[in-house]
Amino acid sequence: MTTTLAAPDGITPETPSSSAVSRPRRRLHGRWILPLWSWLVILWLVAPILVMIVFSFNDGTGRTVSTNWQGFTFRWYEHLFSSSDLTHALVNSITIGLLTTVISVVLGTLMGVAMGRRKFFGIGSVNLLLFANIAAPEVVLGAALLSLFLTMHIPLGYGTILIAHVMFSVAYVVVTVRARMAGQDPALEEAAHDLGAGPVTTFLRVTLPGIMPGITAGGLLAFVMSIDDYIITSFNNGTTQTFPLWVYGASVRNGGGVPPQTYGVGSLIFVIGVLLAVGGAIWNRRKV
Amino acid sequence: MSARTVRARLAPYAMIFPGWLWLVIFFVVPLVSMLSVSLMTGSDVDGFTQTWHFHTYVEAWNKYHVQIVRSLIYGLIATGICLVLGYPVAYWIAFRVRQKYKSMILFLLLLPFFVSFIIRTQTWNFILSDNGMVLGLYHALGFHGGHVLNTSTAVIGGLAYNFLPFTILPIYVSLERVHPSLLEASADLYANKTKSFLRVVLPLSIPGIFASVLLTFVPVASDYVNAMILGGTRNTMVGTAIETEYVTNFNPPMASALSFILMAVLLVGVFAYARALGTEEAMEMAATA
Amino acid sequence: MSTSQDPPIDLLRGLTQPRVSRRRMLQAGGLTALGAGLAACSIAPARKAGGGSGGDSMWGQQRAIAAFWAEHAKPLGTLNFTNWPLYIDVDPDNPNVRPSLDEFTKKTGIKVNYREDINEVDTFYAKIAPLLKAGQSIGADLIVITNGVYLTKLIANDYLLPLDQSAMPTFYAQASDLVKDPSFDRGNVFTMAWQSGITGIAYNPKLTGREITSWQDMQDPKFKGKVGMFGENEDMPNSALCAIGVNPETSTEADWQKAAEWLKKQRPLVRKYYQQDYIQPLTQGDLAITMAWSGDIFQAMASNPKLNLKFVVPKEGAPIWTDNMCIPRYADHPRDAMIYMDYVYQPEVAATLADYINYITPVPAAQQIFEQEAKDADNDDDREYYQNLATSPLIFPAEEDFARLHHYRVLTEDELITWNNIFEPIYQS
Repeated sequence: MTTTLAAPDGITPETPSSSAVSRPRRRLHGRWILPLWSWLVILWLVAPILVMIVFSFNDGTGRTVSTNWQGFTFRWYEHLFSSSDLTHALVNSITIGLLTTVISVVLGTLMGVAMGRRKFFGIGSVNLLLFANIAAPEVVLGAALLSLFLTMHIPLGYGTILIAHVMFSVAYVVVTVRARMAGQDPALEEAAHDLGAGPVTTFLRVTLPGIMPGITAGGLLAFVMSIDDYIITSFNNGTTQTFPLWVYGASVRNGGGVPPQTYGVGSLIFVIGVLLAVGGAIWNRRKV
Repeated sequence: MSARTVRARLAPYAMIFPGWLWLVIFFVVPLVSMLSVSLMTGSDVDGFTQTWHFHTYVEAWNKYHVQIVRSLIYGLIATGICLVLGYPVAYWIAFRVRQKYKSMILFLLLLPFFVSFIIRTQTWNFILSDNGMVLGLYHALGFHGGHVLNTSTAVIGGLAYNFLPFTILPIYVSLERVHPSLLEASADLYANKTKSFLRVVLPLSIPGIFASVLLTFVPVASDYVNAMILGGTRNTMVGTAIETEYVTNFNPPMASALSFILMAVLLVGVFAYARALGTEEAMEMAATA
Repeated sequence: MSTSQDPPIDLLRGLTQPRVSRRRMLQAGGLTALGAGLAACSIAPARKAGGGSGGDSMWGQQRAIAAFWAEHAKPLGTLNFTNWPLYIDVDPDNPNVRPSLDEFTKKTGIKVNYREDINEVDTFYAKIAPLLKAGQSIGADLIVITNGVYLTKLIANDYLLPLDQSAMPTFYAQASDLVKDPSFDRGNVFTMAWQSGITGIAYNPKLTGREITSWQDMQDPKFKGKVGMFGENEDMPNSALCAIGVNPETSTEADWQKAAEWLKKQRPLVRKYYQQDYIQPLTQGDLAITMAWSGDIFQAMASNPKLNLKFVVPKEGAPIWTDNMCIPRYADHPRDAMIYMDYVYQPEVAATLADYINYITPVPAAQQIFEQEAKDADNDDDREYYQNLATSPLIFPAEEDFARLHHYRVLTEDELITWNNIFEPIYQS
């Protein structure tokens, strides 16, 4: 039987298993290399998080976490939010993150749906715009925006941070939604039209539910990127603090070390993130 | 034309308009404005005016070419490391992990991003300290001296660390699309595993490699926070220089010129790479998936 | 096979779709032509032409200042005070409580909103300058700025409010000669000192193996890879000038070149050019010897008694700097700021602050307060503690020490550019 090595995907229906044909026995002893490699890499990725969690329980009298283990304590978790600067910065980051997500999702979904449906005149230049936005280095984006704010005499602060965050998130939402859209069967929308649904109804009742995973993914991405952003925010924040800026400032002003509360907050954020993800996975599984 | 057709024709434009407008105002205009600023001259006290002073670009290159080249080199090395480390992982997840565990493993990869990037990098500062965990172990085993922190190794390591998931995911996506029957067919045609990989899998994963290099190389070369936290002397990157020119030297034209040089170099590199890989066809194939 | 069950996959798939052709790139070139149209934009000068205080003549200015303060004669009951971190007393059990500020509120009824937003002068200046240029309040009534490039800029660009000289009686009665009428602000028109400090050398005796006395010790090849220097254009160059035996205040460009040579010779030994973040590496053992601020070591050891670090003022001399209280223009509560500024010069208040901050206090009378506390102490520990404070040369420098301590070189705009060009490559490459 000859099977041509054509383009990937959806080409051949399930071929009958070739177990009837004898094949040279594969060497089995090389198979452990790949998993070992992968697990080591994953361990490397997760290592600092584990260190952070462990050392958030490290006792000590200094202003920063000590490299030496000095005993187990819950102390830092008691005063986790005692510093109003930290709370302020964290709240800013979360609210900016949520607002960025909402705005980017709205703008990005509209754009992604339009671009995923069918080609229209000018789609190429919009593609170029999105590509340039994703490809442009953060430091250039941040500095350029700062330059604009300075020439226009716009005061820097919460608003400018928000503008900047939406600016770099929208393209990612568009790309995600568009890809999902491209996988949608256009026949669904046509069917809706045929059944007399207006464009808005079609959009809300047919299109939107179908691309919801894409929207969620894009939104999640926008949120994470916004909350974790340092470079672009540092150029455009004026005197407003966000969490990454605060952490960096705290470590610099504490002589280069990390204040123990920061590890506590980090661990807490991590645990919440994990719980959310696990919860999401369980919820998804239930729906199926 | 009926009202409905007109509406259908206009619909895409209406839908892309808000997002497009936001990007034009806050992305295109600033870039153009920055281009304009890069050609100004003046001083902080007296203000800057437009003078079409192209020489600033030459000055920027003369002053900072070491940092620019260094950023590119670090970018290439870190991206290379990410590819070498990441490709096998992507392969493993795509082909060896059972379907029901794939999401979990992918999730494990993204787990570190839940914690702020600054905290993660500062923790490496902590771990790699001369008397910290890594070197402490090293000393306990009887070796002396050696420091990792505040060297280029630490910076490149930090860069690779922070962007590795961006490398793995796109490759994984393109590998995922390779139908297992292709591999079976290849085996049936008496290709051994290496040949199957080199002639079948690798070429099909090229769009993924391209996307992952894009998502890794550009941010890595333009990052400077890793250098700030983990670096020592002789590790300054272009981003730090841009920040200094804005903040310490009150010299927006120089800072802007430097930004454009960086972006031009990166984008030229990326496009050249795209052409070399012949990715236009590959990208079309990927799009039909 | 690919059924898009995995949302993150959508993103990545989207990114691998075709999008750019050469024709498009050329079209993008058209945008730069558009940009040319925006060439009309410019960046406004930092200083508003015509000044802000109305009237160019000295007499006119004095009248305008007096009129301003007459208008703002009454405190409004709130003070927004932005300062450096670890620069005020703090309740050991609750880092949000600052006893001296609470005392102030009790005595005057003015509530203080205290923020520690200043980490580096240059980035702080970069944040507030655009606001001030646009004529807006920066949200703080009282800020603390180190003498140097940025304070000079703030003054030159008219970004600070001239103080109400008639409301500074405690200052004029109590301030030390070091901070009265300083070279960077003659007549204390805009500033009153908060604290002063010395930039010297801090080291770990266990790692250096010997005592350190001179800047030349920082060139010792034995410390290779464990030497720390500041990476900025104020402390580092001025220290280098001291190291080569030149008084920074009167140094010339030729001296700067020589200082740069000294620094370049030292580069291979230096681990990193730090900002404020040298304490942790010093504590962790990553550094054996480093440039440091006098109070930092005190504070590090106070919060961690197991540390064994030493601070020394090198014998060739060292830079002394002053952090100054000043009122930014467009402040919302200027009178409240004035009241606080004069209040901290009362010896008891100055002593409370010096007790915690451990930098050079501008009020010499605080020394007598500590001596009195030592005498009144009811146990040996307390007595020793207050004796140490009273006799510390790092809080109350002796007259002889003053000869060795030098202020920063005051730089004009042009000199600043030359200065930066000489020194920046040392820590920027």
